[in-house]
Amino acid sequence: MATTMATPLSGPIQALPPVQMRAGGGLASFLRKVWAVAAKDLRAELRGREVFSSMTVFSVLAVLIFGMAFDLRVPEAKMVAPGVLWVSILFAGVLGLNRSFGAEMDRGTLPALLLAPMDRSAIYFGKVIANFVFTFGTALVILVATFFVYDVDLLQPLIFAGVLLGTLGYVAVGTIFAALSASARARESLLPILLLPVMVPVFMAGVALTAVVLDGGGLADVTNWLGILIGFDLIFLIVAYLLFDMILEEV
Amino acid sequence: MSTSASARPNRWTPMDIAQLVLGVLAVGAAVATMWAALVYARPATNLAGDEQLAQRIFYVHMGTIMGALAGFIVSFASSIVYLITRKLDWDRLCQAAVEVGLIFGMGTVVTGMFWAKPTWNTYWTWDPRLTTATITVLVYVAYLLFRNGIDNRQTRARFGSIYAILAFSSVPLTFFSARWFRSIHPVVFGNENPDAQGGFDIGSTMGTTLGIAMIGFIIIFSALLVLRFRQLRNEDELNELREELA
Repeated sequence: MATTMATPLSGPIQALPPVQMRAGGGLASFLRKVWAVAAKDLRAELRGREVFSSMTVFSVLAVLIFGMAFDLRVPEAKMVAPGVLWVSILFAGVLGLNRSFGAEMDRGTLPALLLAPMDRSAIYFGKVIANFVFTFGTALVILVATFFVYDVDLLQPLIFAGVLLGTLGYVAVGTIFAALSASARARESLLPILLLPVMVPVFMAGVALTAVVLDGGGLADVTNWLGILIGFDLIFLIVAYLLFDMILEEV
Repeated sequence: MSTSASARPNRWTPMDIAQLVLGVLAVGAAVATMWAALVYARPATNLAGDEQLAQRIFYVHMGTIMGALAGFIVSFASSIVYLITRKLDWDRLCQAAVEVGLIFGMGTVVTGMFWAKPTWNTYWTWDPRLTTATITVLVYVAYLLFRNGIDNRQTRARFGSIYAILAFSSVPLTFFSARWFRSIHPVVFGNENPDAQGGFDIGSTMGTTLGIAMIGFIIIFSALLVLRFRQLRNEDELNELREELA
């Protein structure tokens, strides 16, 4: 005690309880924190309208440009619609994912986010939810745009299920890569290079599933593709959960 | 650390000896592989003309696959060890393994293309193995670009390791999705592909040659890995010294 008395930090500060960075509180408390992070991003988007608007405008543009490009040579729009759908989702998604941590870095709000007394993985899952809302919303816009521009009936439950699972896997990997690339030089151009080769399974499964459903296939014909998508989602959500703590060790 | 080596420059460290031994072995392995592939192995019984000649690329092709596979497995394992121990040597090993693995991976794709032209009459086809190999090469090119973009040495090591683990996890899924992409029905494990073209029966000399090539390329891989690892270590040491002097 004698040594601590000598330091200037003794007295009232010592009486304070130690700060618990990883406050417990069970699953309900964890989910509340996850939702707090997600709600923050969604609220910022509602007020600023930065991300979602550019994603949707880009995706509609992409669908139109693909339409113009294929119009001359492709006999049936049905042949290219699955590819257009998934390429547009992947490219539009990069726009949103870049802002997910890029905006925090630009505004200097990442340290504030890290000061919040919660497990770092809550930040990850919160961001995943926000990015999922943006990307899935964009995917729905692309589906509707493709439906009208190409006159192909993409609005089917199995395609919705595929897009839902594919988007989830995409943002699960995309969010962690966005966090990784946020502190790198040239992060805007780096993210798609990191992300797209890893997304190949989702892309192939998504395109194949959409094509099979368009050709009249039922649930039994697409179970292996749904399996790939579910497996991808599970593997990467778990690995990302295990690794995410180490990304935000210091800022 | 290698500081002991710089303190006593004339003394051989175990690392020096390992490097020398592996280097000599690698030269021997390269000669043995070429001799076995070009001279010792008897020609395939069911092929003729260009296909017969091209068939011998197969030995180098299989060898480079072993090198690439070893590189990516070592990078995955050393990334995990780095994240646990936080010793920069593991990160250097990861980078060295990716770089050397990439050379072999590109070699795999290129030798495959040379073989495919006379056999399949095309350099490229959307075969699952081709697709997966090429995507894997791109994933690891992205790894090197990503490392380059991060200035802080510790952050670079940490982020590189995280990316290497995530990237490696996607390779098996890429393989299966590419395998199923061509047809709706899944392929059963170990199923002989009835549509395979340009295959040949492996005779005893060919089997031996394949063994020599695979072991030989693993030795060449190890020699390059050790060289590159030491080079990266020296580079870091040099940078540290430069910062001290500045």
